Amino acid sequence: MQLASASGACLALGGPSRALAQQIGFDQQRTVADMLQRLVGGRPVREQGVSLTAPALADNGTLVPVSVQVISPMSEDDHVSHIYLLSSRNPVMQVAAFVLGPWSGRAEISTRVRLAGSQQLLALARLSGGEFWFAAAEVIVTESACVDAS
Amino acid sequence: MSQGLARLQWPVVIQAGDVVKVRLLVQHPMHTGYQQDMQGRLIARNVLVWLACELGGQEVFRVEPSSGIAANPYFEFCVRARASAEMVVRWQDDLGVMGEWRQRMEVAERKTPKP
Repeated sequence: MQLASASGACLALGGPSRALAQQIGFDQQRTVADMLQRLVGGRPVREQGVSLTAPALADNGTLVPVSVQVISPMSEDDHVSHIYLLSSRNPVMQVAAFVLGPWSGRAEISTRVRLAGSQQLLALARLSGGEFWFAAAEVIVTESACVDAS
Repeated sequence: MSQGLARLQWPVVIQAGDVVKVRLLVQHPMHTGYQQDMQGRLIARNVLVWLACELGGQEVFRVEPSSGIAANPYFEFCVRARASAEMVVRWQDDLGVMGEWRQRMEVAERKTPKP
């Protein structure tokens, strides 16, 4: 398997990274269904109520600001309990999992992520009622987080 | 006692009942396990495994990051402030190193009606 590719240079180093390279080819990305499957299982999931803000074009994948807002009253019996950030191309699919609750007041989080190349990001919200909502965003990354060794 | 380095920021004036936006920056290299040192050897993965914030003894925010979170992790989250209390941020990384940061949140009595 030829591993010399600019976008996947970080994966071409042997050891555990070789196994990862085999799991995810450079031109191959996880589909939305793949990303949702593990967390959602068979439960209801809808593309609504979540807004995911990420730059359409990120010059540098090592630091990409991302924010997620979910429409929710954040009351005791109707709130967002978890927000997951999922990546279609990173070696590790789940970028982060956040735990929120009625004490949060607003279902809003922001962070800065690493992206291994242009890809689709998903924000998945788990509601207290057991339902899942999500939003997707496409990010074009000029320089992957994995190329830069620093 | 605080160990590790973090920065917590919130608005100067907070009235009881306000939803406060908290900004948190933690100093951590977040080595992904794919990076190399100057000799070309892989640097072992060392990222935050969990980070939790307590306000007045109650957990108000928790995150389980992965190597997909950028170095020196930055998080923004909201919390409803009821009374002055201490915010305690704790975290642990892959090496088992724990960090802690404490900062007191001063909450004034409500003077203006709730929006």
